[in-house]
Amino acid sequence: MTNVKLMQGNEACTLGAITAGMDFYAGYPITPSTEVAEICATELPKIGGKFIQMEDEIGSIAAIIGASLTGRKAMTATSGPGFSLMQENIGYAALTEVPIVIINVQRVGPSTGMPTSPAQSDVMQARWGTHGDHPIVVLAPGNVKECFDLTVKAFNIAEEYRVPVIVLTDEVVGHMREKVVLPEPGSVTIVDRQKPQSRANYLPFAADQDGGVPLMASFGDGFRYHVTGLFHDETGFPTNRGDIANASIRRLMRKVEKAEPLIRDYFTESTDDCELLVVAFGSSAMSSLSAVRQARAKGIKAGLFRPKTIWPFPETVLDELAGRVKRIIVPEMNMGQLVLEIQRIVGGRAPVESLTKVNGELFRPEEVLEAIVGGRK
Amino acid sequence: MSEQKKTFEHVIRERWCKGCNICVAFCPKQVLALRNGKVFVEKAEQCIGCKLCELRCPDFAIEIREKGVVDPPSVDASNRDYAIPPEAEHD
Amino acid sequence: MSESMKYFREQRLPHIWCPGCGHGTVTGALVRAITRLNLDKNKVVVVSGIGCSSRAPGYLDFDTLHTTHGRALAFATGVKLSRPELKVIVMTGDGDCTAIGGNHFIHAARRNIDITTIVMNNNIYGMTSGQFSPMTPKGMIGTTAPYGNTERSFDLANLAIAAGATYVGRGTAYHAKLLEDLIFQALQNKGFSVVEAVTQCPTYLGRRNKFGTVVDMLNWFKDSAVNVKAAAVMTPDKLAGKFLVGELYNKPDQEFTAAYDQLVAQVQRKFDSFKGGTRECAQNSD
Repeated sequence: MTNVKLMQGNEACTLGAITAGMDFYAGYPITPSTEVAEICATELPKIGGKFIQMEDEIGSIAAIIGASLTGRKAMTATSGPGFSLMQENIGYAALTEVPIVIINVQRVGPSTGMPTSPAQSDVMQARWGTHGDHPIVVLAPGNVKECFDLTVKAFNIAEEYRVPVIVLTDEVVGHMREKVVLPEPGSVTIVDRQKPQSRANYLPFAADQDGGVPLMASFGDGFRYHVTGLFHDETGFPTNRGDIANASIRRLMRKVEKAEPLIRDYFTESTDDCELLVVAFGSSAMSSLSAVRQARAKGIKAGLFRPKTIWPFPETVLDELAGRVKRIIVPEMNMGQLVLEIQRIVGGRAPVESLTKVNGELFRPEEVLEAIVGGRK
Repeated sequence: MSEQKKTFEHVIRERWCKGCNICVAFCPKQVLALRNGKVFVEKAEQCIGCKLCELRCPDFAIEIREKGVVDPPSVDASNRDYAIPPEAEHD
Repeated sequence: MSESMKYFREQRLPHIWCPGCGHGTVTGALVRAITRLNLDKNKVVVVSGIGCSSRAPGYLDFDTLHTTHGRALAFATGVKLSRPELKVIVMTGDGDCTAIGGNHFIHAARRNIDITTIVMNNNIYGMTSGQFSPMTPKGMIGTTAPYGNTERSFDLANLAIAAGATYVGRGTAYHAKLLEDLIFQALQNKGFSVVEAVTQCPTYLGRRNKFGTVVDMLNWFKDSAVNVKAAAVMTPDKLAGKFLVGELYNKPDQEFTAAYDQLVAQVQRKFDSFKGGTRECAQNSD
């Protein structure tokens, strides 16, 4: 009996997290992510996990970093306003290399915006929301099954590379329900952080300078090491030496750079011979796929490229496509954010048109189709 | 005056001492002094082992250890120094 | 001290605090209290925020976590809830705890989560060189109160009690033995404990407010503090301008992580008996 469920996106994220071994959730209620907290409050006690509703989102992310340091896989979920409050501690997790996962269910912003309407306007914040150069990975599910798959993947990446990972959905992906075929229990590959074998002369932040990942001991296991948000050397103690800071930042950034080919994840349809490429992620990609198929029915050689890893962007895949297409359209439920990255990669080899929609509604397929057809006059 | 008198060893971690003068000022028996910015045990024999210096030292730079018991010094009482500073009475 | 020296990271000393800064005295009091309890070094986590006070954990031989400004208690809540068997201590300053960290402070107290919080109150932001804080007495000078602080400051102890802390004490860097005893008691309270350690910042508060030397500042504590037991029999006029030291509140109550673990145990019994023990949470998550 395959495991078939009618499941909501937020629920699939939560189940994916639990499947990945998450057993600590700290969060704060915020539409449209609250179901994640509610399900964690219900499910985690059943498996001996821990749930806490903190006083705000700053407290929530602080608590999951604390929990992760004691050896647990920890998560929080939020939306725009909360995501903004979490930024400083996301940077802290990046510098201290503490694995955590944040589900950001985007809604129309800025500010309170339209809490129950979908948007994709946190793309740049997901990458650059916190101050300073920092490594981060952002995954973008395009349907409910991927909410499950990519949350599992988010934990595996966080654990393997000791980076904060954002699962970037939106109100539609998070709230819609779809039939989902769940993998058999135990069939999902789970990655755990590399732990040091012995306490003897353990250097908490020693790692190969070329993007190496330090071994991570758990608080309470007798390693008695120091973690600080100040720049630190391999002993973990603060340093003001510029040469060490320089090497640290470059190693941290290099971790994700080196991981990119291994974690790269995307979907393409009809891109082998396409002359017009639609690049879209998340819920914009649903309408775009339908538009591409309708265009193909009209004899237009259209194709869809849907990145699931948004940061780091699957650059080589787009680079290859950019060399052989005549036109690129980027539908986004924002004023044009991911398009900037796409324009950078395409580098003028083909016109890149930004299709923006910021009224809190999904793209209708015909809107994308019109852009595909319209541009060809 | 016949009871035996305890003596104390003063362990000084000079590298940690910052010469803040807290121990010197509050020692009820003026045992300690500052010498070129570091604590210095001037009259070890007058120490009564109250450990106020150790308790208040912000730098963990002084530690009092009981050394052992000795007979009272043979000197007669006349030249004993009775000038006890006021702070001593409040503690 | 020699017995407690084992709790220090000796190779990290001497510390960065200014000559005569009270933070060292408070850290020494904490370590002596831990020595008396003979805590297992491997099961203690010391968490701090940002500021002079928050550099303390770096000198202590435990799992130590130097977090972001004002957030020590939120990080510590995650550590404690995740592994309740660990003894979690927060070392924070008056600005770190009551200004930017105020929200986490009152909620940690409300929850009565078993965390011992040492608030090293020197009435100033020392690390950033002398701005006034929510604990700077009215009229005192700070670099951001050049004409004298016009703001009223918190009564930290009553704030903690009102928010729900179940052990609250106040000591000073002069009353070092009392401070050690208060911390000794606080560490044994199964709930949210606050020890306010009034300490001297000779460099910024002292100099700018003409307190004189470090010794003068400590004498000011001696003359201004009244033990809470003595105060009980003193007339109000005698207490004018004084502050209380000693154990101010001690009423144990249900501890947050213990209550949660009991709940989890009940849920698991009901869940396992109902579902035959499988972890199929998907089946009954609706």
